[in-house]
Amino acid sequence: MDSILIQLLNGLDKGGAYALIALGLTLVFGTLGVVNFAHGALFLIGAFCAVTFQKILTFSKQVLDPNITFFDAYIEQPYLELWFGETGLAIIDYAVPLSIIVTIPTMLLVGLAMERGLIRHFYKRTHAEQILVTFGLAIVLQEIIRHFFGANPIPTPAPDIVSGSAAIGTWIGLGENFVYPWWRLIYLASSITIISSVFAFLNLTTFGMVVRAGMFDRQMVAFLGINVQRKFTIIFGLAAVVAGVAGAMYAPILPPDYHMGMDFLVISFVIVVVGGMGSLRGAVAAGFLLGILQSLASMTVVSSLFPGIDQIIIYLVAVVILLTRPRGLMGRKGVMED
Amino acid sequence: MSKPVLKISNVNKSFGGLQALRDINLEIEKGKVHAIIGPNGAGKSTLLNVLVGLLEPDSGSVTFNGGINVIGKSPHEINQIGLARVFQTPEIFPDLSLLDNVMIPAFSKRDGAFHFQLFRSLASETKITQEAKEVLASVGMEAKAEETAGSLSRGDKRRLELAMCLIQHPDLLLLDEPTAGMARHDTNKTIELLMQIKEGGMTKIIIEHDMHVVFSLADTISVLSQGAIIASGTPDEIRGNPIVQEAYLGGVEL
Amino acid sequence: MKRLMNIFKKQSDLTTILLFAAGVLTMPIWLDPIGANYPDLLQKFVIFGIFAVGYNILFGLTGYLSFGHAVFLGVGSYTAVWSFKLFTMNVLPAMLFATLISGLIAAAIGFVSMRRSGIYFSILTLAFAQMFYNLAYSVLIPITNGETGLQLRMHDIRIIDNYFSDPVAGLPSTELFGMSMNGYSGFYFCAVVLILAFYVAMKIFRSPFGMKLKAIKSNQHRMRYIGSDTRPYLITAFIISGMFAGLAGALLAVTDPLAGAERMQWTASGEVILMTILGGVGTLFGPLIGVGVIKYLENIFSAINEAVLHNFFSFMPLWAENLLVAITAPFVGEGWHLTLGILFMIIIIFLPGGLMEGFQKIKRRYLTISMKDSESTTKQE
Repeated sequence: MDSILIQLLNGLDKGGAYALIALGLTLVFGTLGVVNFAHGALFLIGAFCAVTFQKILTFSKQVLDPNITFFDAYIEQPYLELWFGETGLAIIDYAVPLSIIVTIPTMLLVGLAMERGLIRHFYKRTHAEQILVTFGLAIVLQEIIRHFFGANPIPTPAPDIVSGSAAIGTWIGLGENFVYPWWRLIYLASSITIISSVFAFLNLTTFGMVVRAGMFDRQMVAFLGINVQRKFTIIFGLAAVVAGVAGAMYAPILPPDYHMGMDFLVISFVIVVVGGMGSLRGAVAAGFLLGILQSLASMTVVSSLFPGIDQIIIYLVAVVILLTRPRGLMGRKGVMED
Repeated sequence: MSKPVLKISNVNKSFGGLQALRDINLEIEKGKVHAIIGPNGAGKSTLLNVLVGLLEPDSGSVTFNGGINVIGKSPHEINQIGLARVFQTPEIFPDLSLLDNVMIPAFSKRDGAFHFQLFRSLASETKITQEAKEVLASVGMEAKAEETAGSLSRGDKRRLELAMCLIQHPDLLLLDEPTAGMARHDTNKTIELLMQIKEGGMTKIIIEHDMHVVFSLADTISVLSQGAIIASGTPDEIRGNPIVQEAYLGGVEL
Repeated sequence: MKRLMNIFKKQSDLTTILLFAAGVLTMPIWLDPIGANYPDLLQKFVIFGIFAVGYNILFGLTGYLSFGHAVFLGVGSYTAVWSFKLFTMNVLPAMLFATLISGLIAAAIGFVSMRRSGIYFSILTLAFAQMFYNLAYSVLIPITNGETGLQLRMHDIRIIDNYFSDPVAGLPSTELFGMSMNGYSGFYFCAVVLILAFYVAMKIFRSPFGMKLKAIKSNQHRMRYIGSDTRPYLITAFIISGMFAGLAGALLAVTDPLAGAERMQWTASGEVILMTILGGVGTLFGPLIGVGVIKYLENIFSAINEAVLHNFFSFMPLWAENLLVAITAPFVGEGWHLTLGILFMIIIIFLPGGLMEGFQKIKRRYLTISMKDSESTTKQE
């Protein structure tokens, strides 16, 4: 029972990341009509925003090691610690959550640049060409990251105070021994918060209303004289920020490395398709569902029956859904049905 | 009376609460041009979709050439049994040359729904190439044989589409609003062309709005209104039929 | 060059294939001046040429964009190596099995994937590709040997070989009835295979079947209404292109008998897509040009490292030299993939019809210029 619960929570965590990426993908596809294969790269850039921020904060200089006295030994000491002592160390400790302050504007910039520089020229082109050019962009971004950060995963720890586990067993009556890492709980909470904010934005603001209308019938919205282009740019920026923040927060859970963008992208596309292309709720639901499914499938109970199933279960589900119900779980009828 | 090419018996179709087709009975005679007209929403599109296999009726039957059941067949099967159709917006192969456009239906007719033969060369298909050129000539487009079909005007695309149907020598040609969206000039040319084809004795169903077209070409007219056939007969009979006038224009004479 | 292309197009099948064969077999000669005349690279040209030509039959003719063709490359390699291990070092059975098994798997994947079109189809193929890739590193390890890759061993049973002759000392090498597959002889063998594969592709392009595939790409809806069942056509095209890919995979193992799952990564699929598009999708020769350009550039760029760059820029003052090296370094050596990605984007944005389209445009401009010239000269008279 315990392990099922743990896997469930793991799944919700992973599912949260998937849902956030899928949400952005669906927003872009539903409103702009663009298939963006570079979306995973946005997640990647976000993760590396956290990494970079941490690196900057721990920028060090060589300083005499006070503990070794009989010869001159040097250790690296971060500037922040030198200047601000304890507070400096605390800031470094909180690098990841603080990085969000930097991640948001960075992702906004990246998203705007991408939309203005590339994506908008492909609104009228075929889906195949959109896929191909964003695929190329994904490779370029990934290789740039590899150039600057190397090919190995870079551990980016969460703040000390939350690096341990919470005794959530006591909260839900499963006893003191049931624990779960704090940061993962925080991640789950923040992904739900972000998703809710996005939905609130879409449902409660005028801008959001226009977006939803545009997802339903893009031409009509344009005919109504609404400046669609500016809205598109903002939406793309929003999607980029969501994906980037999801990536930054995920860094402690999975040490970022240069090909995580593509790994998450493939799964996210599959999720968008399962949830229903053009359905925001579907994307989120499918993200969490498939995250849970993948986690449950990795339990030893299951993997002894079907070895390796956790690797492929998402794809199997996608294949089954694409064949039996191509509009996905919650897609609108007629969208992309052959 | 010879065996009808198409026999529609007791066809009913509803969508939810709406009865789109009500007990339709029609017989299309061989060699005749049978027009189906009716005000908007009368059920013409629904009937058409039943005839081409896109919709299955709730009840009734549609039989071809006396015995072959149309219902439940996919579009390519229906074409293989002898029904060719023309679409409201001309459907051609825009990336290919006119000659290729006409050759492909011929191949399809000859080879069947699927045929794979590795070492057959286009250059050796002289018979079909010749037929294609002749069919293009019969619609007056042989000069443009090597042009890309996508660059044609709408009227020319319609002619090409007709050529694509003709090369298959279908038993029944179904024309779905063939002059839709055309200017007067193009419409007249299309009527001319269709009259030419009519002389060849091909059975045709035309679904049309344009009365000029209908009365120029049709041998028989059936009027559809609110899902049911309210009148069927020769053009003169229909012209003077008060029920038809009522259904269309509230009593104005046609 | 363009005139040669025109000659190719208008000639009969026989002339085309003879000219092509001549061009391929003399590659060591005419590639020598640009420094491409060594066996490894030449082999890559022809092997990936087979892959791209086959891929073009699907993507170029039907327009269906598959992201999973690298799977067949991997399947072909693994099958070939298993043939070497179980039966004989003779390359023919290896190639035969690889092509057949790739075809079977392509039939399975194609049957499922072709039930949808457009983006859905592409995502389905991507999903299958990831599935196979993951399986290769987990469940299928007995077949694929996981990360280590599948290699020849001394104790391989090699039933047929060992029946006819005594086991040799050390690891045997692949051969065709005694002819070694290394170096130039390996290249010539693969070149012959390419010529045969190209012949098949050419026949398909110029057949009613090929024309029907193009029609499906042009207007699948209309195709159905003139009596053709489009799904079997699409699945057949998929299977054929899968078999070409499997054959290419087998040849990779023939020239270098090991197989690894990295061959099945989506990046490998991406590479063949780029090669096809760069050259000119839907044309007979386009993919081959694309393969040539990409593999040639890869060869050059991957070999350049910082030392070479410094050398190159050494004639400049030190600050300029360092600056230029810093700017160009990310694009060479390991950074070749970056350059590839940028090239990919440039082509899609500016010249989606590939180099063949570029040639056409130049030809047309040249023709109009020369027409204007002759007009003005006649006016002067």
